[in-house]
Amino acid sequence: MSKQQASLLVQGYEVVIGFETHAQLATQSKIFSRAPTAFGAEPNTQACAVDLALPGTLPVMNREAVACAIRFGLSVGSLVAEHSVFARKNYFYPDLPKGYQISQFEIPVVQGGEVSFFLGDEKKTVRLVRAHLEEDAGKSLHETFHGMSGIDLNRAGTPLLEIVTEPDIRSSAEAVAYAKELHKIVTWIGICDGNMQEGSFRCDANVSVRKPGQPLGTRREIKNLNSFKFMQQAIDYEVRWQIEQIEDGHAIQQATVLFDPDTGETRAMRTKEDAADYRYFPDPDLPPLVIARSWVDEVKAAMPELPRAMAERFVRDYALPEYDATTLTQSPAMAAYFETAAKASGQAKMASNWIMGEVSRRLNNEEKDIAQVPVSADTLAALLKRIADGTISNNAAKQVMDAVWVTADIVDENDTLSATAMVIQDVDAVIEAKGLRQMNDSGALEKIIDEVMAANAPMVEQFRAGKDKAFNALVGLVMKASKGKANPQQANDLLKQKLG
Amino acid sequence: MSRKQIHEMGVAELAVTIADKQTSSVEAVQALLARAKQHADLGAYLAFNEDLTLAQARAADARIAAGERGPLLGVPLAHKDIFVTQGFPTTAGSKMLEGYRSPFDATVVSRLAAAGAVTLGKLNCDEFAMGGSNENSAYGVARNPWDTGRVPGGSSGGSAVAVAARLAPAVTGTDTGGSIRQPASFCNVTGIKPTYGRCSRYGMVAFASSLDQAGPMARSAADCATLLSAMAGPDIDRDSTSLDHPAEDYSRLLGAPREGATAALPLKGLRIGLPREFFGEGCAPDVLAAVRAALAEYEKLGATLVDISLPRTQLSIPVYYIIAPAEASSNLSRFDGVKFGHRAAQYDDLIDMYKKSRSEGFGPEVQRRIMIGTYVLSHGYYDAYYLKAQQIRRLIAQDFQNAFAQCDLIAGPAAPTTAWKIGEKSDDPVANYLADIFTLPASLAGLPGMSVPAGFGDGHMPVGLQLIGNYFKEAELLQTADAFQRATDWHTRAPSGF
Amino acid sequence: MSLTLTDIGRIANLARLELSSTQSERMLGQLNGFFDIVEQMNAVDTTGVEPLAHPTAVIDHVSLRLRPDVASEPNNREANQQSAPAIERGLFLVPKVIE
Repeated sequence: MSKQQASLLVQGYEVVIGFETHAQLATQSKIFSRAPTAFGAEPNTQACAVDLALPGTLPVMNREAVACAIRFGLSVGSLVAEHSVFARKNYFYPDLPKGYQISQFEIPVVQGGEVSFFLGDEKKTVRLVRAHLEEDAGKSLHETFHGMSGIDLNRAGTPLLEIVTEPDIRSSAEAVAYAKELHKIVTWIGICDGNMQEGSFRCDANVSVRKPGQPLGTRREIKNLNSFKFMQQAIDYEVRWQIEQIEDGHAIQQATVLFDPDTGETRAMRTKEDAADYRYFPDPDLPPLVIARSWVDEVKAAMPELPRAMAERFVRDYALPEYDATTLTQSPAMAAYFETAAKASGQAKMASNWIMGEVSRRLNNEEKDIAQVPVSADTLAALLKRIADGTISNNAAKQVMDAVWVTADIVDENDTLSATAMVIQDVDAVIEAKGLRQMNDSGALEKIIDEVMAANAPMVEQFRAGKDKAFNALVGLVMKASKGKANPQQANDLLKQKLG
Repeated sequence: MSRKQIHEMGVAELAVTIADKQTSSVEAVQALLARAKQHADLGAYLAFNEDLTLAQARAADARIAAGERGPLLGVPLAHKDIFVTQGFPTTAGSKMLEGYRSPFDATVVSRLAAAGAVTLGKLNCDEFAMGGSNENSAYGVARNPWDTGRVPGGSSGGSAVAVAARLAPAVTGTDTGGSIRQPASFCNVTGIKPTYGRCSRYGMVAFASSLDQAGPMARSAADCATLLSAMAGPDIDRDSTSLDHPAEDYSRLLGAPREGATAALPLKGLRIGLPREFFGEGCAPDVLAAVRAALAEYEKLGATLVDISLPRTQLSIPVYYIIAPAEASSNLSRFDGVKFGHRAAQYDDLIDMYKKSRSEGFGPEVQRRIMIGTYVLSHGYYDAYYLKAQQIRRLIAQDFQNAFAQCDLIAGPAAPTTAWKIGEKSDDPVANYLADIFTLPASLAGLPGMSVPAGFGDGHMPVGLQLIGNYFKEAELLQTADAFQRATDWHTRAPSGF
Repeated sequence: MSLTLTDIGRIANLARLELSSTQSERMLGQLNGFFDIVEQMNAVDTTGVEPLAHPTAVIDHVSLRLRPDVASEPNNREANQQSAPAIERGLFLVPKVIE
């Protein structure tokens, strides 16, 4: 066992995790009916006759849902099946109107594939078993009515892509990293809006533990992990719980568990009797799905550059560290913002630092998305150029950013920047207006240095005597004397020279 | 010459009479509704909506007044209670759907309405189309007008009764394992089940999805052709199993001799295959006699009889009675007391609600088939039963293709006996299953099949001749039956008192 | 293949049916009678035979038709719920669902 693998052990046990993710596909209509899929409608106003399983109703397949599956398959390097079959998964539950879910069993539409991501410095790859199309169920509301549950079937029939991994994951941190990368992929290619609060991206984690070298342990399934934060917590708790059980001499029973964020614990659900016998059989109402090679090729040609490939390109072409590249490729909008700024300024690493730093900080404070950033990538590029050519210091640049950011909030009702704001987006104008121009004139700077040295002879002596701290104090005095306009690097170099 | 009474007219005649304004659709409807009430003891109808029916009739008369013409315009007919209708409740013959109101009409119903047909009411049937005698209806038996102590057949029992007793000139039925052909045979009615997928299943309460088909029943092949032309055709928007073949005029070959034949020998060149398995000891002698006599008539019309074999005929029983219940057990899971249908009055919790609602709502035959279906799909049994059955199904379909290399259509009895007495077989479900032996094979293969009145057996009970064609050969089947009906008059006979 | 009363109980539960002990006994007899007929299938050699899920697949390539992604169904809640056993505020009411 490698040192890394050994370091992942929890109390000497290896953690084995497989993920099942249900991604709601961002189609207009449901997978088998023409009812709308928009979130938040009044109960049962988006559940048509087909969704309600009224007698005589039949399913008709949504082309866009299949297109989404193809796009996903291409993103993860899997096989898109030329023939796949829809099957009925039979069980009784109030949110399942037909008493069966139309899903795919033996022959799914997407087979194999893998998802790669970085966990710290280490590159991980999680293999996918499959991804298949199926319909979502309705919802049971928490609120009760005279002791009865209320069922809303608006969600019934929403298209889902169920993505299943091999049990390749070995820690809760890796699980979260996988989930985040998968989330990025499905939102990046536009098949899912990724809104976890609204239930667009739901994860189930199959967790088991074993002593290294032993066969796989019995797994328990943690259902409905809808936030990355709770995901890690839930898995960690489950792992500790399972280990405790085993150490106490109890065997792990296969079960489905729910995570309670209030208590931080996982708890077994009431077992659904005979839940395992779904009596799958091919749905006689739906002939086999045939996907021609030409359709796959068409979709492939229209695919955008994927985040992992783009991140690798950023590392290669812009000499960015992996961490930067991954962060900047969190969304197509963010990546495009970076590339525009990097190309226009010629300062890729600086652009990365500013976007991950200053820009992101301000966006987070204002709860804005990069799509709503008030400072254009070109404006940022202009700013970066002025830092690079020494016109302004980093600190001064922050002040410029303040000015440009705030005034850019002045938008008219057409969401366009006002004429005044457009002018202020001129970085140079702001620099002049605020007098932020750094002193680059070495002559003037030398003069200041000479004056400071003359006025602080004891400090100069201390430095020459070996007290290095005195140097910083002298730099500070030079900066102060220049009213902050001195180029710090230049001041540093010149002072060193003069001190000898 | 005294004019026929309304109930004595078939579809074609009635359409012309109404178009010529010798009678109105309203008058026709009133006459038939009164007659239906008069013969309520036959148990044919389950529901009426007189206001709606009259409104439809008035609308049809208005269309005629405006100069419109059509072979179904103003013609009254009735629908098997398997088809959902907005204006009439739909029960599917079950307590589970007592009083159920559908917010939409079945496609087949809409198409007939668009052609101007007027709905008289909903017709009795075996519960969820499961049965061969109409004794499984939760709303009482339907009685064969040829002998009211006998069954009319099923599951389209009410449909067959309505036509035989002249309560309607034509009706819709459904056929999954023989439910149009067998009751047609028992009641001296002409009926056709088209190629699987030819008629839309949207709005048909589902029994066995890969077998269910809608079809017309009427007094003649010609009338059946008229109805089928309106009913059939692609329903791309709503039924994924509906075939994307253009709509056809099924009357187009009627009255004309076959290609290469003459008016005197209109069926010259037609090879009729007789499967030896349909003519053996499984078939009652009186039925065989009537069928052979009818076949002799076909020969007189120029057809050649050819001996063929459908070797897996016997296997069609276990194969059908595994596949159909399997699909049904799943299709009927939606009846859970949550969104529609019967909900028990008393229950302890959710699971108890399901169990009580379903056990109260479903009759014994339906429960039996749900049990069979659930079992054959359950873990560990799927391969041995369901999968195996679907494999043998393909072999059965291939047997037909082999046979069609030697003949143009296949003929034989529609049922091994004539109608039995009400109650005679109700204790032995398996005996009922065995009686389907001649109709099941064509159902499994998805082939079109007709039953054509062919004469009478013991006790003057009707015998039907089944004709099975290759896929999409409905027009040829109807042509063949029509030629027979021009040369004979079995199909015109009415039971005494009707 | 002979079923037992335990099988009957298990299947009834899966199918959400409730059979009294008399009904269960009867059902057992009827199903066993039925499965005697089904045994015939074992004698058939089906090696390499594709199951026939869609009948016309014998003569034609049957494949799933795809419709454009258009949300054209209007809100028809009232009509759709007219036969519902229990409704409140547009929701279908059922005995409490316990997870």
